[in-house]
Amino acid sequence: MIPLLAAAAEPAALPAGFHFTPALGMFLAFVVVTLAITYWSARKSTGASNFFAAGRGITGWQNGLAVAGDYMSAASFLGIAGMIAFKGYDGFMYSVGWLVAYLTVLLVVAEPLRNAGKYTMADVLAYRLSPRPVRAMASLSTLTVSTFYMIAQMVGAGALVKLLLPGVSYEAAVTGVGVLMIVYVVFGGMLATTWVQIIKAVLLMSGSLFLSVLVLNHFDFSLAKFFEAIGNVPVAGPDGTIVHRDFLRPGLKFGAAVTNGWGPLDQVSLGLALVFGTAGLPHVLVRFYTVPDAKTARVSVVWAMAIIGSFYIMTTFLGFGAATILTPANISVENMSAPLLAKALGGETFFAFISAVAFATILAVVAGLTISASTSFAHDFYTNVLHHGRERAPGEEVRIARIASFVVGAVAILLAIKLQTINVAFLVGLAFAVAASANLPVIVLSLFWKRFNTSGAVWGLGAGLLGSIVLIILSPSVMGVDPAGTPADKMHLIQSPALFPLTNPGIVSIPLGFLAACLGTMLSNDRTSETKFAELTVRANTGLGSEKATAH
Amino acid sequence: MDLNPAPESPDRDLTPAVGAETDVARLGHSTPPPPHEQTADEDADIADWDRVAAMSEFRSLLRAKAAFIVPAVLFFVIYYFALPVLVGWFPELMDKRVGPVNVAYLFALSQFFMAWVLAYVYLRKAARFDGQAADVIAKLDASKKGRSK
Repeated sequence: MIPLLAAAAEPAALPAGFHFTPALGMFLAFVVVTLAITYWSARKSTGASNFFAAGRGITGWQNGLAVAGDYMSAASFLGIAGMIAFKGYDGFMYSVGWLVAYLTVLLVVAEPLRNAGKYTMADVLAYRLSPRPVRAMASLSTLTVSTFYMIAQMVGAGALVKLLLPGVSYEAAVTGVGVLMIVYVVFGGMLATTWVQIIKAVLLMSGSLFLSVLVLNHFDFSLAKFFEAIGNVPVAGPDGTIVHRDFLRPGLKFGAAVTNGWGPLDQVSLGLALVFGTAGLPHVLVRFYTVPDAKTARVSVVWAMAIIGSFYIMTTFLGFGAATILTPANISVENMSAPLLAKALGGETFFAFISAVAFATILAVVAGLTISASTSFAHDFYTNVLHHGRERAPGEEVRIARIASFVVGAVAILLAIKLQTINVAFLVGLAFAVAASANLPVIVLSLFWKRFNTSGAVWGLGAGLLGSIVLIILSPSVMGVDPAGTPADKMHLIQSPALFPLTNPGIVSIPLGFLAACLGTMLSNDRTSETKFAELTVRANTGLGSEKATAH
Repeated sequence: MDLNPAPESPDRDLTPAVGAETDVARLGHSTPPPPHEQTADEDADIADWDRVAAMSEFRSLLRAKAAFIVPAVLFFVIYYFALPVLVGWFPELMDKRVGPVNVAYLFALSQFFMAWVLAYVYLRKAARFDGQAADVIAKLDASKKGRSK
């Protein structure tokens, strides 16, 4: 498949077909360290606030690192580097959106959420609105976002392992990743998840930094030379000959010329989903419950922005480095750009390190998704919807959450194995679209609009969720006619021309979510939510009566 | 000077108007107790929310926050979306060379510094908001003590 990689595998000392590579060794080291942390956390993770929110004792810089580790998925590490390596400047546009999105989190969502909530985003909605319908809808939306995102990550993990560790099958890789994330969450709770994310963030940052330095070293530390090379990247022309392209020129991916004219609008739509979706991603929001107060939540967002921003600036070196040093013709699979660049510049050991970083990246993200999904199921759906907010036995909520993590993990493993040959890249876009169109509108309106009521929240969540899903199904991400001979994992799911022209539905679905929330509010005479607006405003802005840290 | 002031005669019933049966917390709970085990303090509302919401200190905290956050959000949204709009519909303009790079790359890079600077400015501003919020709580505590004397 990849000659470079096949040669890399050391002679088999273990059973046939299994190669012990440095990459495997480093991955095992990561597993051992994280399992030790899980063992340590397991003894502390008793009680609901310890299990769901790490006892609210995480400090600002720790949570900043954990937010970064939770957020920077394989899609951003391997995906953006690959996209820049193949599409140049337009790939870098993603990097910008993923950081700027944190301004919405910082200015609008993080502090009120920490002040007024307990474990999930639905806590903030349930203050003023009728708890059961709102929590049921919010839980549905959370589970949808988390499972879609998780399946995309798991399928990516399986595909990646096949490339990085010859001899380990797709099924084994997916099962391994799934079992590890279940162990972290079920036994270690939020505390173990947090530390897995912190370690991953440190590994990712040091790996990227070292790779960036190696790229600069290749160009004798001259940015002028580096950018000159970016201006002349050899790519295969339409007739097979090599032509030189300027990779800093915008438009290789989203240009009007390559996208039937819809590209620029699609890019704006993507920006909307990123900038408003990040502040509605359940696995990012739950991180703000792990700190002692709103002030620490704020500081942790700023830490996260420093880390995430530095990383995305480094994608310049990772992506354009792969484009100039390896050239697209020598990269077999787009997502392998960063690991192959590491191999070319840093040799076998560094390749192994970057591969281990990629595993750590995926594991930290799926663990975060698992805990946010199971928290929402146990706290919102089980306790508050089914049992009217009462625990029938002490510790029941945590027990249910543990069972839910196990089920969520098992379902994710099965789905990822089933969907092995299907192109699931659109699922990440879908997760952001749902977060931006369903979650963010109701969070914002609930915090700032006095008249907002239960009917508005149910309409908003429903329309945002349904609208995003329908538009994605009708979009070119799912619908399209492929030429004969396209491999199954690259094929469109529905072989018919797309009915909606944009791959990112945000520009339509976000206004739809807001509109439905407003309409649903106006069409209902329910004014009970107005009586508690004063309470929510005071709590959100002063932190009066907010959940306190438990002493460890 | 009267060293032993007679207790003020209560002008209202001091028994908290709550459903709890006891003032004494049970031992051995790390999680919030179920309703039937709550003490009067836990059951009572911690504050008269409408009164706090109407306090002039609180109104001015909200005004100060809105005066910063609303323009800040408008600014970053416009600054950010200028990038995909310019790159998408004016690619020639954005491809103008500036030294070794082009306008498009510099504008994209500037977004990172815009985000960092805005975050830093907000961090400074928010320290002032924290002070205002602390004033609201301090005033509330003072009036509570006054009432429970």
